[in-house]
Amino acid sequence: MSEALAPAAIVVTTAPMLELAGVTHVFDVSRPWLQRTLAREPRRTLRAVDDLSFSIPRGTTLSLVGESGCGKSTVARLSVGLMEPARGTIRFEGEPLSTARAQPALRRRMNMIFQDPYASLNPRWRVRDIVAEPIRTFGLAHGSAVQERVDALLTQVGLAPQDGEKFPHAFSGGQRQRVSIARALSSAPEFLVCDEPTSALDVSVQAQILNLMKDLQQRLGLTYLFISHNLAVVRHMSDQLGVMYLGRIVEMGPADAIFAAPRHPYTRLLLDALPDLAHPGRSRTSVGGEVPNPIRPPSGCTFHPRCKLANARCRAERPEQIAAEGVLVACHAIEEGRAS
Amino acid sequence: MRESQATESLPLLQGEGGGRGPDPTGSAGVSPPPSPLPQGEGENRRARTRLAAMLDSDFLWKFSRSPLAIAAALVALVLTVGAVFAPWLAPHDPMDVASLSLMDSFKPPIGMEDADWANPLGTDNQGRDVLSAIMYGMRISLAVGILSVLFALVVGILVGLAAGYAGGVLDATLMRVADVQLTFPAILTALLVDGVVGAALPHDLRDGLQIYVIIFAIGVSLWPSFARTVRGSTLVERNKDYVAAARVIGVKPWRIMLNHVLPNVIGPVLVIGTLGLGLAILAEATLSFLGVGLPPTQPSLGTLIRFGNDFLFSGQWWVSLFPGIALILMVLAINLLGDWLRDALNPRLR
Repeated sequence: MSEALAPAAIVVTTAPMLELAGVTHVFDVSRPWLQRTLAREPRRTLRAVDDLSFSIPRGTTLSLVGESGCGKSTVARLSVGLMEPARGTIRFEGEPLSTARAQPALRRRMNMIFQDPYASLNPRWRVRDIVAEPIRTFGLAHGSAVQERVDALLTQVGLAPQDGEKFPHAFSGGQRQRVSIARALSSAPEFLVCDEPTSALDVSVQAQILNLMKDLQQRLGLTYLFISHNLAVVRHMSDQLGVMYLGRIVEMGPADAIFAAPRHPYTRLLLDALPDLAHPGRSRTSVGGEVPNPIRPPSGCTFHPRCKLANARCRAERPEQIAAEGVLVACHAIEEGRAS
Repeated sequence: MRESQATESLPLLQGEGGGRGPDPTGSAGVSPPPSPLPQGEGENRRARTRLAAMLDSDFLWKFSRSPLAIAAALVALVLTVGAVFAPWLAPHDPMDVASLSLMDSFKPPIGMEDADWANPLGTDNQGRDVLSAIMYGMRISLAVGILSVLFALVVGILVGLAAGYAGGVLDATLMRVADVQLTFPAILTALLVDGVVGAALPHDLRDGLQIYVIIFAIGVSLWPSFARTVRGSTLVERNKDYVAAARVIGVKPWRIMLNHVLPNVIGPVLVIGTLGLGLAILAEATLSFLGVGLPPTQPSLGTLIRFGNDFLFSGQWWVSLFPGIALILMVLAINLLGDWLRDALNPRLR
């Protein structure tokens, strides 16, 4: 396929922006070969993402929430091709991700915003060079036009063009995240993966960044894959919501529906643990117990050690996703009607 | 520069003078003059702030507060200037056979009987001025030291970046090679390389190429320390998100290594480079002292010490002692500077 024709052909497709089907990613966490052999240990693997499927329609936001270590960030990295899935397929604009990433015209349309604004900007580069890197890499502008674009982008994210002269250490966390967003936008992408973009920021700054991101989505028609552990943030941003637990999606559907009527016991626990402005002082049930070790996940439904509704079947058999009023839930208790 | 000014001011002009469109000559004649001025001023200001930032840096402030570093820098500077400008500064040309007179041989240094100011540090067995010989010898010692460190630096950085960034089998292979080499003392490696390469070269080329053989031999013995340092820092840097951000947009690995990772790992390398310079000069002097270094036609400090060694016990101690002192001063100054640099660049000691 010629590259000149590719963008036009893709714009007319109605395929979802990003589609994951049965994606599994396994990390090898074994000790080095020699030590392993001496201690007669088997290879140890960690299934960070297990049989994950979802699709993100153009112009919408899909959020993934879950506790630390549930595989959210791995999904983010898989989605932009920083890692290869062990099994399953990822399609971007209807094309397999590796094929899409081999074409600069398609690769340009995806970008990523990172969690830690202190590590995601090269400390030795001036901000204008950081923001200009995607422009130069894709050859989107040349000569002084690069500087103009950088100035426009910095203005767009609420920084001054003169800030481009500075190094990242001259900025606060929130300002750095703005620089990060400016860089992500500089290749004029249509799909942005946001890996906990606000978790390193103060609450007041979080709101600014989230509003900026929503505003940009409306103006530029962006599609977001939004990773967060903060349900309040997710509520603000999402069209669709997926709740992850130990690498699997336990509940997924329209965000409004899930927030209005959470079904899965884990989702309920998460929502119940949220502070509520309407009922301050309400005694909140905390999510009891620890996230199990993902190297040796529990049998059956991986949530059963922490679930009040768990019975023998939950401990033995892994629940499949079932559709319930537009929401997909993986829970035996709901299937059997035990959860009221 | 001028082109960019013109294009940058273009949208401004269009915005302001929309009505003047039909009259291109008028707008072209009127508008360009004002634009270079603020632009030039901006450039000036930028350059000035950069200079001010440099003078204002922690680094210089710390330097001005460290008498040892200043003293070391002064000694190194004086010796380097004396070496670099030896043909203009030295009182005699020790290589010029015509100017030598055996009548002048073994003149003692100032402070002893029969000394005179024409040869402040005395002369050797052939009437060569020791001070001039030291200046010329330092020149060769410094050149060999700097070039061999540069060689080791380039090899070490490339190997370290590749090993740290690629990881896996490449990393393991390169680092085991470095480990094996580190088990041999540097001087032994240099002796080995020097012997093998020297034997491989045809006899008539040997003297002319000997300096490069020495540079190569010392460089080979030094690269593992650079490679290990760079690899260690690269392992840390390559997992940072700014590298991931570059990978997402498809920047080529070698560009990421050179543009993103290298600037962030170069600090410790410069420290090791400075310390390595002292080592390299010493290694060269040792090789030359042992007689496997530079040929007598290119006497370095080590060669001078070896020559002088023959007269050490017959009373002409100055022929050997003064080159030795010059060598000690140079290496000590460089090492002190390197030590200071290591502390100054260490964020934990701030």
